[in-house]
Amino acid sequence: MKFSYFPGCTDHSTSYEYGRSTLSVLEALGVELVEIEDWNCCGAAATHSINHLLSLCLPARNISKAQSAQAGPLVVPCAGCFNMLKRTEYVFKQDEVKRKKIEEIVGFTYQPSFEILALLDVILNRIGLEKIRGRVKRPLKNLKTACYYGCALVRHPKITHFDDPENPQSMDRLMESLGAQPVGWSYKNDCCGADLALTHGDVVRELVGRIVLMSQEAGAHCIVTSCGLCQANLEMRQDLGVPIFYFTELMGVAFDVDGRDRWWKKHMISPKRLLDSLGLT
Amino acid sequence: MEALTNREKMEMSFLEEVKRKSGEDPNLCYQCLKCTAGCPTAPYMDIRPNNIIRMIQMGMRREVLGSRAIWLCVSCETCGTRCPNEIDIGVLMDSLREMAIEEGIPAQERNILLLHQAFVQSIRRGGRVHEATMLIDYKLKSKDFMTDLIPGMKLFLKGKIPLVPSLIKGRDEIKRIFEKCEKGK
Repeated sequence: MKFSYFPGCTDHSTSYEYGRSTLSVLEALGVELVEIEDWNCCGAAATHSINHLLSLCLPARNISKAQSAQAGPLVVPCAGCFNMLKRTEYVFKQDEVKRKKIEEIVGFTYQPSFEILALLDVILNRIGLEKIRGRVKRPLKNLKTACYYGCALVRHPKITHFDDPENPQSMDRLMESLGAQPVGWSYKNDCCGADLALTHGDVVRELVGRIVLMSQEAGAHCIVTSCGLCQANLEMRQDLGVPIFYFTELMGVAFDVDGRDRWWKKHMISPKRLLDSLGLT
Repeated sequence: MEALTNREKMEMSFLEEVKRKSGEDPNLCYQCLKCTAGCPTAPYMDIRPNNIIRMIQMGMRREVLGSRAIWLCVSCETCGTRCPNEIDIGVLMDSLREMAIEEGIPAQERNILLLHQAFVQSIRRGGRVHEATMLIDYKLKSKDFMTDLIPGMKLFLKGKIPLVPSLIKGRDEIKRIFEKCEKGK
C-alpha cells in the first residue's frame, strides 16, 4: 500500500511526536509513504481568515505536486492541514470558475479522481481494523481513553466527508481494536479554542478546562487526539495533569515499536507514569 | 469571491455585498439560535453570531465590520454544520474579516489580526511557517512580550521551536502565488 504524504509545518516543530509516531506505525504496517516534494504550508486558519483566494492556492500547490508524484492518494496526519486541503478540493468540485482561476495561478490541472484522506480515515478504511488488530503485540488493557476529535477533522461535513460530525466514532473504534476502553462523553468535538491560545489564553483555558474536566468525569485516564494544535492546547492549558496522546502514539505502544521514549520526552505532561501504572511501558 | 468596484459597493447594500462575497445568504436565517448556542467563543463576543446575521440583514455595516466578534470566531464550523438553513457562518465570518481589512476598518481584536498577518508573512518568506521568527514578529508588533513566556521557554527547551527555518526550494512560486492573490482580487 502506497500513499503520498503531507507532513505539515508542525511535523518538525510543535507536533514532532505525532509525525514520528505516524511514520513508525505506518512502517510497522508495511505502508509506504512518499513525502510530497517541496511541499508548502497549507495556510492554516490564519490564511483563510484574511485572504480567501490565497487560502485556496496554497493547498492547491500541494495538490498539484502530489498529483504529479503519482504515488497514490494523499494522506494527511494534521487535522488542520487536512481541512485546508479539503476546502480547496471542495471548491474545485463545486465552482468551475474559481477552479480555473486557481489552476491558472498555481499552474496545474486538477484531476477530480485525486483523493485527499485524513490519516485516521486511512487507518480505519484503507488499512482496516482487522490488520491493526493483527499487529497488536501489547493490548492496551484497562486504558480508558477519551477520544477527542476537535473541529477540523469532522466539520464542515460537506468538506470533510469523514465520520459523524456530532458523535464521531472512528478513533473510538481504533482504540477498541488496540485493546483499550474508549469512554462515552459529550465533549469529543467541542472546540479547544485553536489559535486563540496565543492572543486569548484565558479563553482557551476555560474551553480546555471544561473538556479535560469532562473527560475525567467520564472516567478516562487520558485524552487521545489527532490534531497538533488540540494536543498542545489540551496539554498546556489544563491544571489536572491528564496526559494527552496522539492516536498514533497509542498505536505505537500497542504495536510495541522502538523509540517510544523519544515521543514521551516531547510531551509537556509526561504519560510515562500512566503507562507504567498499567504495565504499558 | 468577486472583487467589487467602489461604485458597485456604493450602490450595493451591505447585505448584497456579503452575499456576493461569501456565496452565503443571510436572508435564509430564521433566528433559531443554534449557531450561538454551539459557538465556543460566543460567550466572549460583543455581538453573538445570530445577531451578526440579523445585523447584516439590516445593513449595519460599521457595527458588524467593527465588531470584536468577527475576529473571535475560530472557524470551528459548529454553526455551519448545525444551521437548519445551511448557512455556512464560518465562511461568512471569513468574508466579513476580509471586508473589514479591505475597507481599512481597524480590527477590534488587533492582536488576532496581527497574529494572522505574522503567520501569513512567515509562509511568504519561507514557504513554511517558522514559529520562532513568526512569534518574534508578532510579539514586536503587538508589544505583548510577557504572555506565555514560560510555556514558550518550555516548548523551546523541548526542541519544539526550531531555530533554523525550513525554507522550500519553490519560494519563487510561493511569491508569485502571493502576488497574484493580492492584486487580482
